[in-house]
Amino acid sequence: MSTDLDHRGASPEEESRRRPAGAPSPRRQRWRSRLYRLDLKGSPYLYIFPFFGLFAVFGLFPLVYTAVISTTPWSPRQPGSQDESIGLENYQNLLGDENFHNALINTFGIGLVSTVPQLLLALGIAHLLNYKLRGRLFLRMGVLVPYITSVAAVALIFNQIFARDFGLLNWFLQPFMENPIDWRAEKWSSWLAVSSMVIWHWTGYNALIYLAAMQTIPYELYESASIDGASRWQQFWYITIPSLRPTIIFTVIVSTIGALQLFAEPFLFDTTRNSNGGSERQFQTVVLYLYQQFWTNGRYGYAAAIAWTLFLVTVVIALVNFLLVRRIRSAED
Amino acid sequence: MSTVLTPSPAPAPAREKRGRAKDPSSARWGTYAVLFAIIVFSIFPLYWSIVVSSRDQSAIGRYPPPLVPGGNLWDNLSAAYEQGNFGLALTNSVIVAGTITAAVVFTSTLAGFAFAKLTFRGRNALFTTVVATMLVPTQLAIIPLYIMVTQWFGWANDLRGVIVPALMSAFGVFFMRQYLTSAMPTELLEAGRVDGASTMRIYWSVVLPVARPGAAVLGLLTFITYWNDLFWPLILLNTQNPTVQVAIANTKSGIEVDYSLVLAGTVIATFPMLIVFLLLGRQIIGGIMQGAVKG
Repeated sequence: MSTDLDHRGASPEEESRRRPAGAPSPRRQRWRSRLYRLDLKGSPYLYIFPFFGLFAVFGLFPLVYTAVISTTPWSPRQPGSQDESIGLENYQNLLGDENFHNALINTFGIGLVSTVPQLLLALGIAHLLNYKLRGRLFLRMGVLVPYITSVAAVALIFNQIFARDFGLLNWFLQPFMENPIDWRAEKWSSWLAVSSMVIWHWTGYNALIYLAAMQTIPYELYESASIDGASRWQQFWYITIPSLRPTIIFTVIVSTIGALQLFAEPFLFDTTRNSNGGSERQFQTVVLYLYQQFWTNGRYGYAAAIAWTLFLVTVVIALVNFLLVRRIRSAED
Repeated sequence: MSTVLTPSPAPAPAREKRGRAKDPSSARWGTYAVLFAIIVFSIFPLYWSIVVSSRDQSAIGRYPPPLVPGGNLWDNLSAAYEQGNFGLALTNSVIVAGTITAAVVFTSTLAGFAFAKLTFRGRNALFTTVVATMLVPTQLAIIPLYIMVTQWFGWANDLRGVIVPALMSAFGVFFMRQYLTSAMPTELLEAGRVDGASTMRIYWSVVLPVARPGAAVLGLLTFITYWNDLFWPLILLNTQNPTVQVAIANTKSGIEVDYSLVLAGTVIATFPMLIVFLLLGRQIIGGIMQGAVKG
């Protein structure tokens, strides 16, 4: 309230500034005020245009065009095929395509194995980073190093670590295993290997996001809880987690979308680079399958159907996640 | 209002508490130990890539593996550099990530300012669209993008094909809007209006100086993202004209993998980012945490 009065107190100065010595003629004034109004109403659109113009061409249009392509048998190997229409045949074939089912299962499996531990770990790390610490910047940077490493570099480094012959991990496991594990050979082992790349890459990033949210929780909440005799663990469970609810929703949705898009890790984990995701497609994800159909097999129409199906799956799963995570008790309850 | 003026009594007991051993917010040694272990895990794979790329193939292909760097680092780096076309790859990556960064910062700051401080019809609906598009993965649109870029524009194996589709970012608009909403006092804008400045004038002389720290952070995050991007460049570019990520993805693939060469490639690709991170780590961390709280 008082600030408002302060403002009015300062206004005589502004008044004098607004009316300079040589006042313009009324006509020019009208012209000016019309320009001013046009500027006020029109310029916002001018500012958002570069974004929305580019977005329309390179974001929205391709998405719509993908749907169109998915109703054709388009292949660059068959001239004229882009003009044929086969309705929903690609989608029907997709429903009966065992390789697509396999890719979906792999994507969900790797998604679960990578996202759940990743976010739990991130919560724990954020909790630790939230204490009063010495060398705070160093600790945070240490946790964030994996994030600035490219996915391709991560995958290639982990390729050596998970190599069957003379891989670093098999050396560690030597005392416990009769034979070295062929990590690429089985579903469970290849899923673990690919998930470990994702976990290593993203945990620190998510930890910082949780940390940022934790720092907005009022300190008094913890203070009064500890006066009431709540243990650190109880404080974490009853104060921290409920307060983080919106952030948890955000990270779960973003990580899920990322998991459904998984490509580079499984692509590079298969050292033959044939986008098969292992000899028996043990770790072929949906986007890897899309890439194979589009790039290796030149089946544009079919690949477009995969893309649209994955888009719909993504939307559904994001919604389900949102509804599930929303059930975490909020701090106000 | 008045609390701002009256000296707060809070600091005194807080200082008292810091002295006590059972301060609920101070870290115990166990916390440091666990964090230290986590950081060892975070850094180890990068350390390992240096160990492997500083040894020859035979030293890596035996147990026990060497756990400290050897003397072949320089040889392997230069061999990988020659083989993977890394001179061109590094230049290309700088051009791609640099151009995209400049454009994203420009388009995002403009739109972010409009969404944060200007009122216009359809503002909320349009901003909701921006947020929604943040959740749409671009990978799903690669087929039409590929057709557009290679057949319509004729940019196959051309850096322009990598750059142009990435010139805008919904995340960027969102980020700058959140930043300017809190960083830019509306009174400044009003003062500019009272002085009769046009919106463009206000943008240049009032908004941009205020937006600079946020724009710098957005630029850093964008640069890292596109330096590390693989999927789209891999489709569009071949080994004759690669970005660094395309180059390392193409180093010696096959059944027999020469890991000292492959990981020498990853060292070359990661090194520039590590330097950026060491110099600007504080800003990068601040940016990630800022985006999180306001988001």
